[in-house]
Amino acid sequence: MIALKGITKRFGEHTVLDGIDLSLERGEIIVVIGPSGTGKSTLLRCINFLERPDAGQLKVGDLSVDAARAKNEDILGLRRRTAFVFQNYALFAHKTALENIAERMIVVEGLSKNDAHARAREILERIGLADKADAYPAALSGGQQQRIGIGRAMAAKAEVILFDEPTSALDPEWVEEVLALMKQLAAEQQTMIVVTHEMQFAREVADRVVFMDGGRIVEQAPPSELFTNPKDERTRSFLRKVLAGNAPAAT
Amino acid sequence: MQALNLDYMLGLVPILLGYLPLTLGMAAAGMVCALILSCALAVIRVSRLPVLNQAAQVFISFFRGTPLLVQLFLFYYGLPQFLSFLVSINGVTATIMGLTLHFSAYMAESIRAAITGIDRSQTEAAQSIGMTNAQTMRRIILPQATRVATPTLMNYFIDMIKSTSLAFTLGVTELMGATQKEAASSFLYFEAFLVVAVIYWIIVEALSWCQKRLEKRLNRAYQR
Ligand SMILES: Nc1ncnc2c1ncn2[C@@H]1O[C@H](COP(=O)(O)OP(=O)(O)OP(=O)(O)O)[C@@H](O)[C@H]1O
Ligand SMILES: [Mg+2]
Repeated sequence: MIALKGITKRFGEHTVLDGIDLSLERGEIIVVIGPSGTGKSTLLRCINFLERPDAGQLKVGDLSVDAARAKNEDILGLRRRTAFVFQNYALFAHKTALENIAERMIVVEGLSKNDAHARAREILERIGLADKADAYPAALSGGQQQRIGIGRAMAAKAEVILFDEPTSALDPEWVEEVLALMKQLAAEQQTMIVVTHEMQFAREVADRVVFMDGGRIVEQAPPSELFTNPKDERTRSFLRKVLAGNAPAAT
Repeated sequence: MQALNLDYMLGLVPILLGYLPLTLGMAAAGMVCALILSCALAVIRVSRLPVLNQAAQVFISFFRGTPLLVQLFLFYYGLPQFLSFLVSINGVTATIMGLTLHFSAYMAESIRAAITGIDRSQTEAAQSIGMTNAQTMRRIILPQATRVATPTLMNYFIDMIKSTSLAFTLGVTELMGATQKEAASSFLYFEAFLVVAVIYWIIVEALSWCQKRLEKRLNRAYQR
């Protein structure tokens, strides 16, 4: 139900994505890992056209798009079927928590303000921030801001939510609450692609772990397999490095 | 050295205040038009629309690079020579036009700076949920940018009020024009111009006071 074929992206001379093929079933959770600068963020950004891929096909739900020929309506269509959670939250600073979540329903779906706010309140309940409805982002902790960021993505009722290192910018004390919310979404069968360095999360939640290096997918397998029995030398050396610097996750 | 004619000055105040609505009206009209035009110019500059961007650059450069008085004369006395439908342009309209074009050039640059100051990630977030560029501009970027730019825009408004006094050179009897006429008939130039100076001063001080309060409120915004 999500299928990427031959996704290629260059920045000038530098080929950042070199023909990525990846597909997901509904409800599947994929964790993408790999060294820095390897194109993980770029891959997510290509899926909803924050970056425009130079070539490749994308299929999300009922919409198929040829990247090289994508028209404005294709791009909007893709964006309306996907949602993005940013490393730095990227909340709308002039809107309250409630308004951040309701914005898409008002502007994109055309709901009335009342209906949108009612639905946004339900989402605030689900993410445990009902009491912060009227707070502006600047008055919230990093963890709360990121949970609002996830709530905004949930409001999209997207086919897939793309998470780009959602906990990397957080003080350690807030990481757990954000991961817990993501686990809750996983339990609700939300399809997601998560770029993260949280190996423990990958082990617990991922259906499949994808290891990327140099703009390509090197190997992909269920976590039990990829973490214990990586086939490629690059995967092994990457895992040695991160697990050494991340002792608790190695248990 | 003779003493100031205080009675004359006090008598002049209500007469001159009668022209205040015209002065403030021209400034308000100019400000509203300038806000719209400068937002459009700023958006064109920021989104680097081809051709329009270059045109906006030339426009801004010209209207910042020439005196307002020259621009007013150009519109009022100069343009009707070529554009016959402007023959009937009156001084008030010409003044509002001149103020609009002149000040929008300055205001566009302030708004542009404010727009580029908004974190780029908010634009991406808006796009990521499927908002169009126009929706992003209107609902996410401009509300924050105008807020950032408000103190500067208030300064331009204050400046604009003072600049309406140039309208008297186009034969408009506004605050300054009226003073000029009163002075010419009484020969009490110092008294008359002192009164009008104080009137301008009080208006500007009142606005500056509002500006400070507004700034305080804006600084507290988004903190709840
Ligand atoms: N807008 C851009 N212009 C030019 N080069 C870019 C741009 N965005 C990313 N790159 C380059 O593309 C490469 C891949 O970047 P990307 O951010 O996708 O990597 P990543 O795997 O997410 O890394 P990290 O783990 O550090 O987040 C990097 O070399 C980066 O410098
Ligand atoms: Mg990245």
